[in-house]
Amino acid sequence: MGSNSIVSNRWMSEKMNCLDLSPNSNSDNEEEEVHVLAVDDSLIDRKVIERLLKISSCKVTAVDSGWGALKLLGLLDDDEEDKSSSSSSSSSSSSAGFEGLKVDLIITDYCMPGMTGYELLKKIKESSSFREIPVVIMSSENVMARIDRCLEEGAEEFIAKPVKLSDVKRLRDYYMATREIRSVQSSSNVNKRKLQESFDVSTSSSPPSISPSPSPSSASPPSLFSSSAPCSPSSLDSPTRRIKMTSFD
Amino acid sequence: MLGWGVDRLRADMSRLLAILFHQGVLDEQFLQLQQLQDESSPNFVSEVVNIYFHESEKLLRNLRGLLLDREFSDYKKMGIHLNQFMGSSSSIGAKRVRNVCVAFRAASEQNNRAGCLRALELLEHEYCYLKNKLHELFQMEQQRVLAAGVRYPLHQQL
Repeated sequence: MGSNSIVSNRWMSEKMNCLDLSPNSNSDNEEEEVHVLAVDDSLIDRKVIERLLKISSCKVTAVDSGWGALKLLGLLDDDEEDKSSSSSSSSSSSSAGFEGLKVDLIITDYCMPGMTGYELLKKIKESSSFREIPVVIMSSENVMARIDRCLEEGAEEFIAKPVKLSDVKRLRDYYMATREIRSVQSSSNVNKRKLQESFDVSTSSSPPSISPSPSPSSASPPSLFSSSAPCSPSSLDSPTRRIKMTSFD
Repeated sequence: MLGWGVDRLRADMSRLLAILFHQGVLDEQFLQLQQLQDESSPNFVSEVVNIYFHESEKLLRNLRGLLLDREFSDYKKMGIHLNQFMGSSSSIGAKRVRNVCVAFRAASEQNNRAGCLRALELLEHEYCYLKNKLHELFQMEQQRVLAAGVRYPLHQQL
């Protein structure tokens, strides 16, 4: 994945918050930190979630609105590029990388003026370049209809506010574990042939627990995490605090 | 003698916190905030709480302004303020303030102006009590830090 790492290095130098990483040689899974984009209109909640994430060794960028989040991601200008041909190297994921922040996870409040967390979720899931980024919704009101709607739209989780350290640590562990799969998915557009080669090698032997079993050209892997189970609800936290999709979609 | 002062202050702070928890003024979310305070962010709790005070007083002024307006009818706007107040109170562990907001919101959803006025008074009272106690707590912490000569994170108190 030589050209992928060149692109990633360029992304990194243009990002607002530079990750302090040595240049990647082969894949993104050498990055230690999960980069989280936190969206909340409440200053207090932003401060708290920022601190929760930093203490959990996450890199965090906090914005106060859905529009701010979309702008940071580079998604606002992305719609045109999605529709145009992506045969050149400026496929949606790499062009967005030039303009926007590369994040591993988005955590957003539900109730926000302007654009709600639900609307932000929809926009992200409608984007071909960003839909694989997991989105977690936070809310102080646990209305079942709201929760269902968010999960149906593709939210990974719905977390009750006030968010606790245990919630954040659990999220971080889960997304560290699933990061490798996502980086494979997003880079599959950039350099398919090289990926094909490396997967031919890895799938010939018995794969490690987190490596993706389907071919890189498939849209999303089936539930891969039965072995590593950081996401099994019973093992981690009271069921009332979180509602979890069982398959990574 | 300095050491005795530090210990005494530490005990006083613990006692005050225990009282506030017992009274339901604070809940475990406040403890969570303290857990987030460390050497890299030694004033985290007071920073967040000061933002809370600032925002809360603005919200209280808005609520009072809305309700005391003789032509008041914008219960929806009041609901928005209350949701904000509820959210921030919950985020810092201000349990009693939050509970009054819940009751206040219920009255506003019923367009019950008299009920809202009562709730507002109660809210102002609870907020004042909380603010005074938290100020006491922070003052004790500052004194303890001075007496100790070094800065300890607040969470070591508990």
